[in-house]
Amino acid sequence: MKITVKVWRQTGPEAPGKLVSYQLDDVSPDMSFLEMLDVLNENLATSGEEPIAFDSDCREGICGMCGLMINGSAHGPLRTTTCQLHMRSFSDGETITIEPWRAEPFKVLRDLIVDRGAFDRIISAGGFVSVNTGSAPEAHSTLVPKVNADRAFDTAACIGCGACVAACPNAAAMLFLGAKVTHLGELPQGQPERDSRVVKMLNQHDHEGFGGCTNVGACADACPKEIPLDVISQLNQDLRRAMVKGY
Amino acid sequence: MKLLMAVTGALFVFFVLMHMYGNLKIFGGQSAFDTYAHHLRTFGEPILPYEGFLWAFRVVLILSVVGHAYSAFYLWNKANGARKGRYAVRLAGAAAWRSTTMRWGGVALIAFLVFHLIQFTTHKVNFNSGVSDATIGESPYQLVVASFQLWWVVLVYLIALAAVGLHLQHGVWSAAQTLGCTTSVAARVRAKALAMFVAVVVVVGFALPPLFILFGIVE
Repeated sequence: MKITVKVWRQTGPEAPGKLVSYQLDDVSPDMSFLEMLDVLNENLATSGEEPIAFDSDCREGICGMCGLMINGSAHGPLRTTTCQLHMRSFSDGETITIEPWRAEPFKVLRDLIVDRGAFDRIISAGGFVSVNTGSAPEAHSTLVPKVNADRAFDTAACIGCGACVAACPNAAAMLFLGAKVTHLGELPQGQPERDSRVVKMLNQHDHEGFGGCTNVGACADACPKEIPLDVISQLNQDLRRAMVKGY
Repeated sequence: MKLLMAVTGALFVFFVLMHMYGNLKIFGGQSAFDTYAHHLRTFGEPILPYEGFLWAFRVVLILSVVGHAYSAFYLWNKANGARKGRYAVRLAGAAAWRSTTMRWGGVALIAFLVFHLIQFTTHKVNFNSGVSDATIGESPYQLVVASFQLWWVVLVYLIALAAVGLHLQHGVWSAAQTLGCTTSVAARVRAKALAMFVAVVVVVGFALPPLFILFGIVE
């Protein structure tokens, strides 16, 4: 396959960036998207150019590092992570535009790498349960109904990749927030901090400079882990209940 | 902020449905319509003064408009602040255009609202030279009929109605979501169906009187 890629190049957080075109003449349809970028980087290194900086880690769709905006879609045309996308999803001769996630709280560090530290700070604001350490408790001592366990599990699938923010026209992180709040709120261990959690996490979310949700649904469409939109309603419900209790 | 938006929005939905009910009285003939309009002004008398209830209602609506618009602009501004660098490639979300028209559509609706109030409430402007102002002055029914005999007035209202329909379809579902009523897939489907139902009922309900007048069925 012959591919033209237009890649966002930016030397540092404060530097101005621009899209630069590169040609690739021998791309296999079986390459993953990141392997295509690896090949491009080898070519660039050989010709003495600075390779394109991009994030990746597990390359099996479970770590959330490899988010790229591909032709205007978060993680590209398939509903998966960028690393699980293959070149067979593109046609021969196609021009592919690759950009970093764009949101003020996600500063571009270099080329396609953004700082998703804002997510870590939202988690440390309340996305946890406080338990005493020691020997593991007996698994059957706290029973969890199947329905709740399933919903907690489905929402715990969020890998914090940031595609929801990238896709959102308001650059809101509500799907991420909703997934975390729902995940912990469905479980008995999450109850003691449930009200304070939602308020603290939402305050941190707003403090980081993310936008507000207008229920467009672009986040859920982009989510590689298929987190459903109803977690945002759950977030709103938890917030309403917490506010009534004076949190 | 979003709760304010949702609650004020829900108030508008009830008002709009009530308004539509009043409009449909036009099919009951001149006396039914005029009596209804008069009744709105004398509602609650003698405990309330003339137009007392109506003004209480109007104050609530005006405060709601202010609250709704304030929270909308707050969120709009926040969204702009949250993404200063634009994407080079933006997919025109085909399914999402009713949600993307919420902001400009909302602003357009305010402009229409001003026109609508000047025409039918404050100045009672008569664009139809074929009907005398004296006739208009004594009967709201005559004013409505005279206005909608003009094709361009009907057109303006139909365009506005389309905007209202789109706004409602996204707004009703969005309010359900913000109020935390849609925490399951089934509830989400129901909320979307309800939004579509409200939007269709409102558009059809409001479109019927002008169209019947334009085609001479009601005169």
